[in-house]
Amino acid sequence: MTQHAAILPLLIPFLAALLQLAAKGYGIAVQRAIGLVGASLAVAAALWLVLLADDGMVRVYALGDWVAPFGIVLAVDRLAAIMVLLTASLAAGALLYASAGFDQRGRHFHPLFQLQVFGLQGAFLTGDLFNLFVFFEVMLLASYVLLAHGGGLARTRAGLAYVVLNLAGSALFLIALGMLYGTLGTLNLADVALRLQAPEIDVAPARLACMLLIAVFALKAALLPLSFWLPHAYAAAGAPVAALFVIMTKVGIVSILRVQAIAFAPAAATADLLDGWLLPLALATVLFAAIGALAAMRLRDLTAWLVLASAGTLLVVPVFPQADVSAAALYYLVQSTFVAAALFLIAELVAVRRGDVADAFLPGPRLHTPWLGLAFLLAAASAVGLPPFAGFLGKLMLLSALRDSGSAIAIWSVFLFAGLLLMLALAKGGGRLFWERSPKHPHGNTHPFCWRRSLAVALLVSPALLLALFARPVSDYAARAAAQLHDPQTYVAGVLGGHAIERETRP
Amino acid sequence: MEAIIAIAIGLLTACGVFLLLRARTFPLILGLTLLSYAVNLFLFASGRLRMDAPPLIRDGASYTDPLPQALVLTAIVIGFGMTAYLVMLALRALSESGDDHVDAKEKP
Repeated sequence: MTQHAAILPLLIPFLAALLQLAAKGYGIAVQRAIGLVGASLAVAAALWLVLLADDGMVRVYALGDWVAPFGIVLAVDRLAAIMVLLTASLAAGALLYASAGFDQRGRHFHPLFQLQVFGLQGAFLTGDLFNLFVFFEVMLLASYVLLAHGGGLARTRAGLAYVVLNLAGSALFLIALGMLYGTLGTLNLADVALRLQAPEIDVAPARLACMLLIAVFALKAALLPLSFWLPHAYAAAGAPVAALFVIMTKVGIVSILRVQAIAFAPAAATADLLDGWLLPLALATVLFAAIGALAAMRLRDLTAWLVLASAGTLLVVPVFPQADVSAAALYYLVQSTFVAAALFLIAELVAVRRGDVADAFLPGPRLHTPWLGLAFLLAAASAVGLPPFAGFLGKLMLLSALRDSGSAIAIWSVFLFAGLLLMLALAKGGGRLFWERSPKHPHGNTHPFCWRRSLAVALLVSPALLLALFARPVSDYAARAAAQLHDPQTYVAGVLGGHAIERETRP
Repeated sequence: MEAIIAIAIGLLTACGVFLLLRARTFPLILGLTLLSYAVNLFLFASGRLRMDAPPLIRDGASYTDPLPQALVLTAIVIGFGMTAYLVMLALRALSESGDDHVDAKEKP
């Protein structure tokens, strides 16, 4: 049974999607039940995978029992297990929220949601670059439809730009894969790592292919010159969809981290691929996001800029090959994902209670929900990194891990200054939303309490506290995951089984 | 043959990128289609160009690399699905705003 643990996080959402499609005629309640049961099972399976992966072995699941590098394999190490658990928990929270009524604003919400989770989990688990492309497309195709879910011209327009940009990105991804296959003759990540170290490869096209691959991942992760799509698309999406989308920038970041640590950094031909350009661009992304947050007029816009800020912060990490930097980044990644998702949900809950001013930072009717204000305070404090919440610990660990690097002054000043700007933006916005009343609305609207929405927000906000309370076990696990990530020999040996493959040389 | 394939890929890419930078949805979709043709040809060529060689390995016979053909097939199917969705989205934007400009405003 344990040997099939790796496929469970993929099978559960996929089967749930199929069942939901088959159960379409039985009404939304059946689809919701299947979705929520599937999401809970997926969390349990992911938790099991996290515990299993902690023995330090790279678990390889050969699909169809074709061994690597000839067949497609799933490779589970601690990093993949963490990301699978994060995705499953986030999806469970977002689905619970969506089940309170958002899923009825369009058709086929539930199967698409499960298929997007399927694509996300596959992207984290796969050990093959072409299979990564396929899972990216599964994830993106579902996200295109989910983004437009709910209707309205704003969503259609944002969707159009998002689809066109990502299709161009997919074309670039395929060109990179074609060049990689043309020069190295393989697309399995572990085999690519081995082949890059071979002396007889053609260095220039191999470097170009690797660079194109990084560029595609940077587009998904929203690195600065490629990040203008993000605030627009995320702010236009419906709240639970935006909450799930938060993990999509993380797919790009984890992909960069993984290909860099396992394949590019150990090979002499590609070791200096990220040097000199990624750090300034990542820092510029953080500053850009902080300025954008100051200019945001609505809470959902502000949250989209927060997602961009955390993406920029995390994109600093692949430049540094030390395990302690990656460990701090993993802890930061987990908490920032939950917090941003929670803020998207809070933004919608605030918007429906404030009538026509919605979540714009304008004086409006009084909110009769102190728990909403408390949830906002918690999420916002963790998002900007105020003690004693998890965001503070994550930022502290990241800053102290980067203290000895040559560019520590630049990184520290940008992170701290951007943190200050984000705090100003959130304090200003929160004050307007929760405290300022307009004379036009003396009494304010009351809105029925909905346990599903409130529970979803509570579930997504609680990691800000829980990750701070249990910081030691979580950061220890992250440290072990980072140590495993920066030990590419074990990964390669685990996937390929230690036997080298003979090749005939091609013309 | 290499020169012809290379020129064809380059020309298709150039036309695709040019159309992609237009501000109306119809040329945009045409541009993406041309770009995906270019990419498929490129993927196909990544297994080296060989004449009169089947993608089957037999003793002594000359063969061509079958993997890029499988990759192209996957890429074609995915690209086709994406283009179909994009066409629907463009039609929806047209019917909602009455304009096929990518930055169209709400119908007055």
